[in-house]
Amino acid sequence: MRPLTPQRILATCLGLCGVLFVVAVISLRMGAYPISVRDIVSTLFNAAAGRRDEVPVEFWQVVFGLRLPRIALGILVGASLSTAGAGFQALLRNPLADPYVLGVSSGAALGAIVSLIVAPHTVGAIQIAAFIGAASTIAAVYFLGRRGGQLDSPTLLLAGIVAASFLSAIIMFLLTMVTGSELRSIAFWLMGDLTAPPPTTNVVGWLGFLFFVFIVAAGAMYTTSSDLNLILTGEQEAKHLGVNVNRVKFVVYIAASVLTGLAVSVSGAIGYVGLLVPHVMRMLFGTDYRMLIPTAAIGGAIAIVLADTLARTVVAPTELPVGAMTALAGAPVFIYLMRRRMR
Amino acid sequence: MSSIAGGGAVALPQPVRSGASTLPLRLKVEQASYAYAATDRSAPKFTLGPASFEAQQRELLAILGPNASGKSTMLKLLAGLLKPLSGRIEVDGVEVSELDLKVRAQKIALVAQESELLFPLRVWEYVLQGRYPYGRRLRFESDEDCLLAGNALAQVGADALRDRWMDQLSGGEKQRVILARALAQQPSLLLLDEPTQHLDIGGKVELLRRLRRLADENRYTVIVVTHDLNLAAEFSDRIVLLHKGKCPRIGTPAEVYERELLEEVFEAPLEVEIGYSGRPRVILRATR
Repeated sequence: MRPLTPQRILATCLGLCGVLFVVAVISLRMGAYPISVRDIVSTLFNAAAGRRDEVPVEFWQVVFGLRLPRIALGILVGASLSTAGAGFQALLRNPLADPYVLGVSSGAALGAIVSLIVAPHTVGAIQIAAFIGAASTIAAVYFLGRRGGQLDSPTLLLAGIVAASFLSAIIMFLLTMVTGSELRSIAFWLMGDLTAPPPTTNVVGWLGFLFFVFIVAAGAMYTTSSDLNLILTGEQEAKHLGVNVNRVKFVVYIAASVLTGLAVSVSGAIGYVGLLVPHVMRMLFGTDYRMLIPTAAIGGAIAIVLADTLARTVVAPTELPVGAMTALAGAPVFIYLMRRRMR
Repeated sequence: MSSIAGGGAVALPQPVRSGASTLPLRLKVEQASYAYAATDRSAPKFTLGPASFEAQQRELLAILGPNASGKSTMLKLLAGLLKPLSGRIEVDGVEVSELDLKVRAQKIALVAQESELLFPLRVWEYVLQGRYPYGRRLRFESDEDCLLAGNALAQVGADALRDRWMDQLSGGEKQRVILARALAQQPSLLLLDEPTQHLDIGGKVELLRRLRRLADENRYTVIVVTHDLNLAAEFSDRIVLLHKGKCPRIGTPAEVYERELLEEVFEAPLEVEIGYSGRPRVILRATR
């Protein structure tokens, strides 16, 4: 018997952070303008020491103007989607649940597009609208996915598919209202894209705000991780053991919707990360949610930074949307998991 | 013997074991009833009429009855998962429906028929879940928790299973592990919902013997919902018989097992005889 300890969680997370750092350095190095690892390290070191004069201007622009904000955004989006996916899987007691499969990302995307049309210049409006879209969709899917008062796995997935296609139809309808150049950028964004410019010139402040929202939502979900372990063995059993199931479900529902809305509002609908990363982390570190939530967050960040690096290098100088890369890897694994579950 | 249907004056029967009446009272059910309705305004679909009975420390009580007689509803009332429409249910002198969720889980453990795991779990991880009621919401298990979980596994003879995966256990092994998690809760009242349903005859006898031992040696009050008339007669101190939401009789097996009563309740031609142990035994009368 070797129960989980905070020390073991911390050590695992530090190890994963090391992997994330290596992936981030590789991502900083690669692209249309290659920079050596030594130059990257010296640029970062000089920037940290406040010696901007010693950094060549083009290095500064590429590292701090382009690649680092994009990596930071990738970390935020990957961590948010993956944490939301782990939450949805427990909330709906369905291992195939994920913001994209359940149509929640489409709901968030619809909210984001509506806010782009109605209030295009209001900072933060897109995030709030994406959250409302995500929360409304998961509520609808939750009620449509019930049969005889119980959540039914196939019905739930069908409800997600129906919701996603219905919301996509509305999105297409709304897109007919926007002009040609906007249409292309929104269509690209819908596929999952990290190149959208921030809505303000204060990029650091903007990223800080987004990370703050992430920490609050993921932290709230983490407080329920012991409860989620019991809910995974059945809601009735969790109640017998003293879990306030309704409170836990409410916290996870709000936190997962915030995280999905946050990710979709900055990157569009990136699929399968929320599904696959929690599964990989379960295989590596076990099913305990006290370990799963932080490792899934860091694992999701690694997955998106890696996928984005590939998306902008495999067909360079052209770029693929990062969502296309995750779907290429994710769809076959989703089918594998579904078939294994049906057996 | 006492007839309780309809909620009249109740004379509670005494347990059969000598000296049991001097043991402290653990469970007191006083005119408890419940009704299920489709909506708040519609007529109830099913009503469990008022019933009263008591159980003491070290007592094993069986709730018997055919399908749709109200056994599961009664168990949910005892577990505090449903609040009685009328009457009271007390455990150790405190009304169950007023207990805080975690305090309730420290007093009452319910062993469900089946544990449906979404992701694979090792036996020791599963049993450690029984320690959840003893800590903060976000908690890490202490050495004491591990010791108590290990003791619970030993109590049900499942020590050797601790590193196995739950989904690789046989029906009997799984039932023992589920029971071990309930024991890890250190409850005073142990409720079991048809625990013998998926077991062969050897497994059924072994489980009931184990429950009898837990009641006798560890002072648990054990309440078992079962369909099995003969096992209930052999191992329980008293029986609560339910029929169509009513409680026609409560008493020792000898008091409850009357041919006419059982035939009426179970709607089958039955014969009651006294077995080798001196307890009643029910046989199906040939009808071919």
